Amino acid sequence: MQAETSQFSGGFAAPAIDAAHAFRAAMNAMARPGKVFDIHGATPPSVISPAAGTLVLTLCDPETKVFLASDVDTPSLRAWITFHTGAPIVSPDEADFALGGWQALLPLEQYRIGTPEYPDRSATLIVDQPEFDTPNASLSGPGIKDHIAMGLPDVAQLQRNTVLFPLGLDLFFTAGSQIKALPRSSHISEKA
Amino acid sequence: MSDQNYNFAYLDEQTKRMIRRAILKGLAIPGYQVPFASREMPMPYGWGTGGVQVSAATLTPDDTFKVIDQGADDTTNAVSIRKFFERTANVATTEETAKADVIQTRHRIPEAELREDQILVYQVPIPEPLRFLEPRETETRKMHALEEYGLMHVKLYEDISQHGAIATSYAYPVKVEGRYVMDPSPIPKFDNPKMDMPAIQLFGAGREQRIYAVPPYTKIVSLDFEDYPFEATKAEHACDLCGSTHSYLDEVILDDQGNRMFVCSDTDYCRSRRAAGHVGRLGTENELEASA
Repeated sequence: MQAETSQFSGGFAAPAIDAAHAFRAAMNAMARPGKVFDIHGATPPSVISPAAGTLVLTLCDPETKVFLASDVDTPSLRAWITFHTGAPIVSPDEADFALGGWQALLPLEQYRIGTPEYPDRSATLIVDQPEFDTPNASLSGPGIKDHIAMGLPDVAQLQRNTVLFPLGLDLFFTAGSQIKALPRSSHISEKA
Repeated sequence: MSDQNYNFAYLDEQTKRMIRRAILKGLAIPGYQVPFASREMPMPYGWGTGGVQVSAATLTPDDTFKVIDQGADDTTNAVSIRKFFERTANVATTEETAKADVIQTRHRIPEAELREDQILVYQVPIPEPLRFLEPRETETRKMHALEEYGLMHVKLYEDISQHGAIATSYAYPVKVEGRYVMDPSPIPKFDNPKMDMPAIQLFGAGREQRIYAVPPYTKIVSLDFEDYPFEATKAEHACDLCGSTHSYLDEVILDDQGNRMFVCSDTDYCRSRRAAGHVGRLGTENELEASA
C-alpha cells in the first residue's frame, strides 16, 4: 500500500500548531467573504483537496457529524476521516459539516439551517472544487468593504440561502491549498 | 520557552475545536450569541476567562500578543493574562498596539486605529444586552428570535425621562448590521463608533458561556432616538500628561483638597505621544528619559 493512500498518514505533523494556523485561515475567510487564503497542513486521500482535508482536521471531531457527498464518499476518505477525527459519518439532514463537490452536495434544502432561537444549529458546507469559479457575483455585507467580486457555482441558489438570514448555511470553498468562504450574511448580486 | 507541561495555548485540542466552531458561527451571524461549553480556567470568573479561551483558540505561535485592562497594559489582569500566554503559548508580547496581531481587551478599544490583519478579543461579563430588563434566558432568546427590541428603547427612554438625556455611558447597546442588538461589553460609549473597524472583533463570556463576533466593516449602530441622538462622550479635558484632546480619559484624585488630574486610559497611546514630544499640563519634558 502506498503511503499516500493509507488512512493513517496525511494528518497534521504538529497537531496543535498546524490546527492553529489552519484555523486562522478559516477564520479570516469567514470574516472576509470572497477573499482567498492559503490553508495547508494535511494530506488527505486524493479524492479531496489538501485545503478541504486540512479544514476537516481543524474543525471536526467526535462531536461533529459529517456528511460525505456521493462524489467523495469513498472507503479511503471515510477511513481517513474516521481515523484522524473520529467524526461520525451521517445523512445530510443530520450533518454539521457536509463535504463534496457542488453538484453532489445539492439540493441545499436537505441541510439544517438552524432555528429562530438557535440559528447556529445549522450545517456548514465544504464545497471542494478543482479550481475556483471565475467571478460572476458581487458581494456586500459584513466583512466586506464596499463590494467584492466572487465566483459562485450557482448565484440564484445561494441568493435564496442568504434571504434566510439569520438562518441558513455557511459555505467554505476549497481548491488545492486555498480557501474562501460565503457566510449566510453576505448579500449577493449578479455581476453585470 | 513555553511550559511543556501544557498543550499549546493551555486548552486541549478538542476544546479549541469547539471554540473555533463557535467563533465561525459567530462571524457568520454577526451579533448573535453562540452558546459554547466554557471551560474552567486557572483564573476566577470575572477575570477574563471568556476572552482567554477565545484568545487560546485564536493564537498561533507566530503572533504578537497584547493585553489591556481599561486601556492599560500594566494592571494586574493584563499582566497575568499576558504572562499566561507567554508561558503556555510561547507567543511574543508587546505593549504597542501597532505591533500586536491579537489584542485581548477588558473594557476599552485602543485609541490607535486597528488594521485588517489585527484581531481584537473582548472580555465580556454579561453578554445579553436584555438581561437586566428580562432575567429569563428563554424569554430573551425568543426576543432575539423575533427581533423584539422595544424593551431596550423603553430603557433608553426612561433614561431620558429621569435624567433628561440617555444616561447609559458604558455597555451601550448597539444594533449589528440591522439585525441583532448586541452588548459591546462594558466599553465606554466613547468607543462605540470605533467598532466599525477593519479588524476582526471577537467576544468571549466565560461564566455565561457565550461567544459572539463582529466581522470587519460591519455596520454597528448605537441605539438612540431622532430627537436624542447618540453621543460619544468623554471628560471635557485634555490629558494632563500628553495633552491629547481626543482620547478617553481616566480621572485621578490627587489629594483630599479636591485636586485631580485627567490621563489617557490608553497607556500605550499616552506613552507614544509623550515619546513624540507632546506634553500636558502636569507632564514634564524629559520624564521618559528620567525613567529609562
